[in-house]
Amino acid sequence: MLHRYLPMTEEDKQQMLETIGVQSIDELFSDIPESVRFQGEYNIKPAKSEPELMKELMALAAKNADMKTYTSFLGAGVYDHYIPTIVDHVISRSEFYTAYTPYQPEISQGELQAIFEFQTMICELTGMDVANSSMYDGGTALAEAALLSAAHTKKKKILLSNAVHPEYRDVVKTYAKGPGLEVVDIPYKNGVTDLDALQAEMNEDVACVIVQYPNFFGQIEPLKEIEPIAHAHKGMFVVASNPLALGVLTPPGQFGADIVVGDAQPFGIPAQFGGPHCGYFAVKSALMRKIPGRLVGQTTDEEGRRGFVLTLQAREQHIRRDKATSNICSNQALNALAASVAMTALGKKGVKEMATMNIQKAHYAKEAFVNHGFDVVFTGPFFNEFVVRLNKPVAEVNKKLLEKGIIGGYDLGRDYPELQNCMLIAVTELRTKEEIDTLVKELGDCHA
Amino acid sequence: MHKDQPLIFELSKPGRIGYSLPALDVPAVDVAQVVPTDYIRQEAPELPEVSELDIMRHYTALSKRNHGVDSGFYPLGSCTMKYNPKINENVARFAGFAHIHPLQPGETVQGALELMYDLQEHLKEITGMDAVTLQPAAGAHGEWTGLMMIRAYHEANGDYNRTKVIVPDTAHGTNPASATVAGFETVTVKSTEEGLVDLDDLRRVVGSDTAALMLTNPNTLGLFEENILEMAEIVHAAGGKLYYDGANLNAVLSKARPGDMGFDVVHLNLHKTFTGPHGGGGPGSGPVGVKADLIPFLPKPTVEKGEDGYYFDYDRPKAIGRVKPFYGNFGINVRAYTYIRSMGPDGLKAVTEYAVLNANYMMRRLAEYYDLPYNRHCKHEFVLSGKRQKKLGVRTLDIAKRLLDFGYHPPTIYFPLIVEECMMIEPTETESKETLDAFIDAMIQIAKEAEETPEIVQEAPHTTVVKRLDETTAARKPILRYQK
Repeated sequence: MLHRYLPMTEEDKQQMLETIGVQSIDELFSDIPESVRFQGEYNIKPAKSEPELMKELMALAAKNADMKTYTSFLGAGVYDHYIPTIVDHVISRSEFYTAYTPYQPEISQGELQAIFEFQTMICELTGMDVANSSMYDGGTALAEAALLSAAHTKKKKILLSNAVHPEYRDVVKTYAKGPGLEVVDIPYKNGVTDLDALQAEMNEDVACVIVQYPNFFGQIEPLKEIEPIAHAHKGMFVVASNPLALGVLTPPGQFGADIVVGDAQPFGIPAQFGGPHCGYFAVKSALMRKIPGRLVGQTTDEEGRRGFVLTLQAREQHIRRDKATSNICSNQALNALAASVAMTALGKKGVKEMATMNIQKAHYAKEAFVNHGFDVVFTGPFFNEFVVRLNKPVAEVNKKLLEKGIIGGYDLGRDYPELQNCMLIAVTELRTKEEIDTLVKELGDCHA
Repeated sequence: MHKDQPLIFELSKPGRIGYSLPALDVPAVDVAQVVPTDYIRQEAPELPEVSELDIMRHYTALSKRNHGVDSGFYPLGSCTMKYNPKINENVARFAGFAHIHPLQPGETVQGALELMYDLQEHLKEITGMDAVTLQPAAGAHGEWTGLMMIRAYHEANGDYNRTKVIVPDTAHGTNPASATVAGFETVTVKSTEEGLVDLDDLRRVVGSDTAALMLTNPNTLGLFEENILEMAEIVHAAGGKLYYDGANLNAVLSKARPGDMGFDVVHLNLHKTFTGPHGGGGPGSGPVGVKADLIPFLPKPTVEKGEDGYYFDYDRPKAIGRVKPFYGNFGINVRAYTYIRSMGPDGLKAVTEYAVLNANYMMRRLAEYYDLPYNRHCKHEFVLSGKRQKKLGVRTLDIAKRLLDFGYHPPTIYFPLIVEECMMIEPTETESKETLDAFIDAMIQIAKEAEETPEIVQEAPHTTVVKRLDETTAARKPILRYQK
C-alpha cells in the first residue's frame, strides 16, 4: 500500500524478497503457528488522510473547555502558568524530541548537557546536592522516595501527612504494597501536619516522614519543626515541593530534608489533562548511589575536552536487573528540557518575581473573599492556594461559574469529608485583578 | 577542532533577562508580611541570567550535538526508532488537548475522555485483550502495574504463596526490576540453542509458587516463540499468569495478538510501536491490557461510556489503587491515537510487514560479514555477533563507535546478554531501501577495516564533537551538577 510513512516501492520489495530468498512477505511469518495467527485486518476505524484527520481531531479538542479560553482557578497540583514562547520552539527541535536515551554519548552531547543543566537547576532550587534526570511525575517520584527511604533505613513504616496531595498519597500506598510497607496517615490541624500526632506515631520503626511544601491546601508546612521529629529515630525526612514556590520560600534542603521530590510542571509544561508532566528527585549526597533513574555526569574525552555521560549506572535496571534501585527506564527527558528552558528564561530574577507574584495575587484574592464575608478555612501562611467554605456543594457552584467562562476551584469534599462545600482556589500570576474580582462577585451569595 | 558549548550558567551575566511577565495589578504585598522570616529564601537560586536569543542559540547549539531519528538512521534494537509523524505534534498542541486541567468537571472534558475511550477500544482490538488502562507512564511502569494486578488477583483467590516471577535470560532488564518493585522474586528460565525459551527448563522452574511468566514475543533476539501456546499451558496449568512485554509489538501487528497467544496481561510502549517520540529518554506511555478475570483489579479510575457521555469510574473496590496522579501521559496518548487513525487497519498491517521485510533483508546481507547466531527468519529485529571481529582485536563497542563516523546511531550492543559481542539491529518500516543499503555498506566497510586497518575502528569515533569519554572517572568521582 502507499502511505506517506512507508517508503518501500513494489520494486524495492521484490528485490529484497529475492535477496532474502523467499517468494512473499508472508513466508517471513511462517514461524507463527496457524493456531495463533491473526487472520485478516483489525476491526478498527479506517485510516483518514492528513487534512481529514486534522479536522476531526480539531473538532474533538474543541469539545473540551480549555484554560486559554476559560479563566481557571483550578490548581491542586497542576497549574496554569506563564509558559515562555521559546520553550516550545526549543523542544520542537527534532534532534531532541526524536532521540532515544543518550546511551551513545559522542552523538548525544546536546541532550546530556541539557540534562546536566537541569540537574543543576533542580539542586539550586531545592537546596539539595544531587538531582536525577527526571521521574514520571511528582506522585511516582514521591512513591519512589518512600521506597528509597525504606531500602536505605531497612525500616518499613511510612508516616504520610494527610495534607499531601490525595492522589500522591494514593500512589504512595499502591507502591508500598510491593515491598510490604506500612503507611500511616498523619492528620492535619489548621491546614498543616499535626505535629503532636506526628510525634505520637514516631518511633524506631519509621523509615520516613513525608510532608508537602507548600502542602495540598497551599499552606506552608512548618519544616523547621517537623525536621527534628523526622530525624529523632534515624528516619528520613522527605519533602514534596512545588519548585516554583522555592523561588521565594526557603528550600527544603536548608531545613535538613534528605529527599526532595515534586513536579516541574509549573515550569513550561502545559496541563495536558494531567500528563506528561515532569517529576524531579533530589537527595543529599549520602544517597547519591541509591537514587532512582538516570544521572548525567561530567567527564572528559581522550583529548581532555569536557563532555557528559550517563553515570553511576550500576544502580539501574539495564545493568542490575532484579537488584536495581528502581525499575524506571523511560523518564520525562523532553519535559525536563522544557522545564530547563523555562527556568533559564525566568532565570534568577524571574523565578523570584513570578513566585512572589503568585503570593501577591493569591493574597489579594484571599483578602477579597474575606472582605466579602467568606470563611477562609485555614489561617496559616500560604503560597498560591487557599480554601474557602461555601454554603452549597462545590460542584453546583462550579457549574454556575462555567456559564460565566470560569473554571472554579477544586472540590475538597471529594477527599476530605470534613471539608464538604470547601473550594481550593489557585491564583497564579496569570490571573488578573479583574478576573479575581469577577470570581469573588460571581460567588457573592455563596458564602457560608 | 570542535568547540565546546559552554554551560548555560557560564553564559550568564547579571542584568539580563529572558522572560516577560505582566505588571502586578494588585497591591504589592510584602512577602515578609505574609511569610514567616524563617521560610523566606535568603539566597537566590543560581539560575542563569540570559536574553532570549542567548537561550535559543544555546539550545540550538546543543541540538546540533545530538542525533535523532530526523537526523539519520537509528537502528537501535528493541527501541523501535521509527519516524515520528509531525501531525501528532500539532494535534497534541491543540489548546483543547494541551491546556485542559485533569480535575475539570467531566462535562468540560468530553472530547478528551472520548479520545481516551476510543484509544482503549483500538488497543483492545490490537492486543486481543478485554480491557485497557492508559494510566501507566512508560513501559516499566506498565510492567509493574500489570504485576501488581496479577498479585492482587492471586491474593483475591487466597493464594498468598505465589512469590515468583519467571523471566527468560533474554528479557529486558526492566522485567526483573519491575518484579522486584512489585514484591516478587525473579527466577530465570534458560533459552535453547535455537534462541527460544527452553520448555524443559520452564517445566522445571514453574510451580505452585509461580505468580507469572513475563515474555516478549518475538523475543529480544527477534525470534518468534513458536511454542507459545504450550508455554501458556504449562504456566496456566500451574496456576500462574502470562505477562506480555509489548516492547516488540511492531513485529506482529495484524499477525498475532497477545490475547490469542494466551497472555493474560499486556503492556504496550506507545512511544515505540505507536510513534510517541522518545524525547531523548521520555516521556513515554505504557497502557496495560488485561483479560476479563483481571478487570476488577485495574487501577483507578477507569474511563467508561455511559448514557450521558464519558466518565471516570472511581467505584472499583478491588482495584490495585492508583498508579499515577491523574490519568496517564495523555499528551503521548493523543499522539498514539493520531498515529493509529493515520494508519488504519491496512496501514498497521503494512507497518509490521515492512518492518519484518527490512530486518530480514539486512540480516541476510550482513550474514556474510558478521556471525549470525540464529539462522532463521527474524521478525522486526535480529542479532549479530562480533565474535569474528573480536579475534582481530576489534570489539563490538568499537564497531558501534565507528558507525558514528558514518552518521548512524549504532544498534543496541551487548544485549541480549546471552550473545557474545552482541549487536541488535532494528531498522523499522519507515526506512527506505536506499537507507538500509547505505548502512549495510558501512557495516561491510567496517568489517573490512577490522581485517585490514583495525586501528581505524579501535580509535573511532573520529568525527564526533567529542571522542570516547572517560566513564570510569565519571562514576568514581561523580560531578553531577555545575558549581561556580
